[in-house]
Amino acid sequence: MLRVDVEKQLGEFSLQAAFESEGRVTGLFGASGAGKTSLVNMIAGLLRPDRGTIAIDGETLDDTAKGIHVPAWRRRIGYVFQDARLFPHLNVRQNLDYGRRMNGLADDPEQEKRVTGLLDIGHLLDRRPGKLSGGERQRVALGRALLAKPRLLLLDEPLGALDEGRRAEILPYLVRLRDEARIPMVYVSHDAAEMRQLATQIVLLQRGRVSSFGGVRVLS
Amino acid sequence: MFDITPTEWTAILLSLKVATVATLVATPLGIALAYVLARREFWGKSLLDALVHLPLVLPPVVTGYLLLLAFGRRGPIGAFLADTFGIVFAFRWTGAVLSCGVMAFPLLVRPIRLSIEAIDRRLEQAAETLGAPPWRVFFNVTLPLALPGVLAGMVLGFAKAIGEFGATITFVSNIPGETQTISSAIYSLIQTPDGDPAALRLVVVSAVIAVAALIGAEWFARRATARLHGN
Repeated sequence: MLRVDVEKQLGEFSLQAAFESEGRVTGLFGASGAGKTSLVNMIAGLLRPDRGTIAIDGETLDDTAKGIHVPAWRRRIGYVFQDARLFPHLNVRQNLDYGRRMNGLADDPEQEKRVTGLLDIGHLLDRRPGKLSGGERQRVALGRALLAKPRLLLLDEPLGALDEGRRAEILPYLVRLRDEARIPMVYVSHDAAEMRQLATQIVLLQRGRVSSFGGVRVLS
Repeated sequence: MFDITPTEWTAILLSLKVATVATLVATPLGIALAYVLARREFWGKSLLDALVHLPLVLPPVVTGYLLLLAFGRRGPIGAFLADTFGIVFAFRWTGAVLSCGVMAFPLLVRPIRLSIEAIDRRLEQAAETLGAPPWRVFFNVTLPLALPGVLAGMVLGFAKAIGEFGATITFVSNIPGETQTISSAIYSLIQTPDGDPAALRLVVVSAVIAVAALIGAEWFARRATARLHGN
């Protein structure tokens, strides 16, 4: 379970959001500039709230009143960015392996095979990110986040940088991911159709405030 | 023409030794300082920046004299180092390393700093979310991505160190076999009657070293850049 209750001032923009979600895929929906990315960055630990708490499964990650702030690298929260952010100096195999190495996890060839199979990236392992298409890059980024065995996966408009065709190419992988991997996700998007296909619960964000929360009905 | 005498060989090898040691010692310091200047905001930052660049704008003889005052046997730092660790700089080849290192430092730091400033910090954030603590982010992401700048800085620093003359001769004098580098040997030869052929030989040698360093740098930089751009 993800529990968020935070406030953050970013220049002129103030973000104030509170919600609790048990859903497999929590959809953060809102126009651009609504504060979605800032909220996700706070969950990831990349941005510190001015006030409030963030907790997953009862474990407190942020509590400004108690001075608690678990740094991003200790959170075990996977993050797939809009712009894949693959390491350009490493090949795909090394990119995929990075999270496992950093977390000191044992080599798990079974899991690797499952993830590369699920995302259909097995044939790309020896390439460098510079030689991948946008869709391939995004699939590798997804695999990289998954193989770090996170307890929560954040996806910030993972299809945002792709054209229509590429989106249709990736979306089925995300649906499979939701149904096959047992990792809760927070999915950020401003595309209602995408949300309907993926999210099980929706947090509607408008100008830095949660305006409604609930099932997919919220979107209509 | 090309019978290089033992004395000349001594000067050439000493120059190579001094410049190599100076570059190798200055590089980690330069990386640390470049990182601090590129990433941190603190009180006195512009002062530190100016201090690093000082040897570039001061007359070399002034830098050499300041080193002599500070690191000479009776200088405050020199006396301390000699008494405590037995490290002596004055009129030793180690002193030449120090003066060459100081003179080369601004040239070494600058390209490293620029390449660190050019790194996409979002890649470092990505590494963090994958569980990398700050020091591993630095060694796995920041440093490899800054590598072209580090190599460029090392080559510039080496080239400066091998050609350094004014600060070195002021600080550690011109002692054959101990502190006489190619530059100071050329200087001595020019002042000796019939020294011209020998001076010319050393001029050719220093030109060859300089060109070799530049070609090597270009090659390394190309390889490193290709690596970074994911090809």
